[in-house]
Amino acid sequence: MSGVADALGSGALIGYLPIGFPDLETSIDAAVALVDNGVDALELGLPYTDPVMDGLAIQKATQQAIEAGFRVRDVFRAVEAVRSRVDAPVLVMTYWNPVVQYGVARFADALRDAGGAGLITPDITPDSADDWIAESDRTGLDRVFLAAPSSTDARLAETVAASRGFVYAVSTMGITGARADLDAKARALVARLREAGATGTDTISACVGVGISTPEQVAEVLGYADGAIVGSALVTALADGGVAGVARLASALSHGK
Amino acid sequence: MSASIRESLRGLPGPFFGDYGGRFMPESLIAAIDELAAAYEQAKADPDFQAELAELHRSYTGRPSIVTEVPRFADHAGGARIFLKREDLNHTGSHKINNVLGQALLTRRIGKTRVIAETGAGQHGVATATAAALFGLDCTIYMGEVDTQRQALNVARMRLLGAEVISVTTGSRTLKDAINEAYREWVTSVETTNYIFGTAAGPHPFPAMVRDFQSVIGEEAREQLLTHLGRLPDAVVACVGGGSNAIGIFDAFLDDAGVALYGIEAAGDGVDTEKHAASIERGRPGILHGARSYLLQDEDGQTIESHSISAGLDYPGVGPEHAFLADIGRASYLPATDAEAMEALRLLSRTEGIIPAIESAHALAGALRIGRELGPEGVILVNLSGRGDKDVATAGRWFDLFDDGAVQS
Ligand SMILES: Cc1ncc(COP(=O)(O)O)c(C=O)c1O
Repeated sequence: MSGVADALGSGALIGYLPIGFPDLETSIDAAVALVDNGVDALELGLPYTDPVMDGLAIQKATQQAIEAGFRVRDVFRAVEAVRSRVDAPVLVMTYWNPVVQYGVARFADALRDAGGAGLITPDITPDSADDWIAESDRTGLDRVFLAAPSSTDARLAETVAASRGFVYAVSTMGITGARADLDAKARALVARLREAGATGTDTISACVGVGISTPEQVAEVLGYADGAIVGSALVTALADGGVAGVARLASALSHGK
Repeated sequence: MSASIRESLRGLPGPFFGDYGGRFMPESLIAAIDELAAAYEQAKADPDFQAELAELHRSYTGRPSIVTEVPRFADHAGGARIFLKREDLNHTGSHKINNVLGQALLTRRIGKTRVIAETGAGQHGVATATAAALFGLDCTIYMGEVDTQRQALNVARMRLLGAEVISVTTGSRTLKDAINEAYREWVTSVETTNYIFGTAAGPHPFPAMVRDFQSVIGEEAREQLLTHLGRLPDAVVACVGGGSNAIGIFDAFLDDAGVALYGIEAAGDGVDTEKHAASIERGRPGILHGARSYLLQDEDGQTIESHSISAGLDYPGVGPEHAFLADIGRASYLPATDAEAMEALRLLSRTEGIIPAIESAHALAGALRIGRELGPEGVILVNLSGRGDKDVATAGRWFDLFDDGAVQS
């Protein structure tokens, strides 16, 4: 198993795609295509009925995946299949209830056995995650918590201390979705995370996500952060142009590195 | 802070009620929720805040609401005496205003100028739009598309009051998705905007705070029955959507061991069908909208869409304090189907001249059953949480009351 930190060396491009969209096999092929085209680490989304941090592009894709019969156990199959074809670390982005229902310990074991690197958990915070912190310690999985422009300094410190792999800095007060201009809040948040101890790969990295969709934005973010996370734009590219389309966008984005 | 050590079950502070509750929320919203929780703690202990709220209750809402005995209705309930707590007579037509006025005052206290809210039946949306008009706040209401159709009258009311109403077209297009959309919007606007949550569910501090704002219902009713009858009721009955009118009338009776508490869940086509909203009866513990509680969900933890003729009860979750009261056996939760509720709605209308909200009609259907068990000595207090004006179009279709060709909403 490889953690995500190793992949973050000199400014990483991290790509998000939901598992099971438009179907399980295509979502695996698309994830592989991201890595083949310059993406350094993968964030595979677990489709959930109530994705409160997601905008329309991801909502639509994940709802379609659920309607097409997505099951939580497909996550482990997808992670294993992707890991057998590429060497990049694979994190799973999931809302919390599906993990609770699967069993936190059982989920952690299955993810580790599939070769997954860890979890990104958008709707829980370290102070509500005792069971996940214990299970990720037991299994050695990464746990990526989110930091927001609205977070207090005390909470940023707590989030940095509790996270492993990287801290996910939410670029703006908003939900996922491509934005023309990146919020100046992103840079300020990363500076505050640095203050709180997330100084890079020798401690813990700070990666920026939400709203990033162009190579220029990737370059801008990598000017001050350790990683740039692209989601909705890739999902839209996959929806519109299939695996070839998403590969093209990944390749273009990687020129921002 | 286990209940047994506290001795009293009243006014539990949260964030946990036994194993239920908590604050499972995106980090982006934590600062706002913490601010709200702190402001509420201060307000709760501030006599000026309490006095201002009490004055609004008196001079704006019309509290205390009366208690009405309904003997002709009770004839159909085995002869038990039935008393209705008339929250339907509040300004705006339901109990929702009790909570909204409290949270609107709190909004002013934390210096925010805009409020958002979700709504199912539209009653919470109407109450929020009303308070926004009264306090000069901007207001946006999120409502599932299905509910904007079945509660069209309330959509017009909210707009008349100056609120923006956004029809939510994602997911099941009902209350659950209206809450999701309100959360998404709140993340974006949290600096200026307070979220006035409409039921005793969601993340801490909402379950405890909404309960506190609604507990005036039970406090008044308990006094009113003691004064009128010299005794407490044998049973207190309320419908349960998220659970605010139920916990509001239960709270004052929680420590009265002789008073049985019944929450009535919407059973839609029946709890043995796939179309119901009986979260406690047929759900299992899980996390939705920030709290752990009973939840209609599949094996994978995906939320199952609820179904009820009543928009206000059409929710796959339930407030965490109800989950706790169910587990410790202090309250019982029974189902009432669409058909039973509509029959109770017609019966109260015809026997007593009171048209209840379809939500409240579920409580009446429960009371008919409980009354037959209690027999003629029994005394039942029912929370008539709202009036039925908003439901006349639904009832008209259900009972085929429209003339051919008449315009229906
Ligand atoms: C009249 C009435 N009663 C009950 C409810 C259900 O909500 P709760 O369970 O929070 O009381 C609603 C919700 O819209 C309502 O309008």
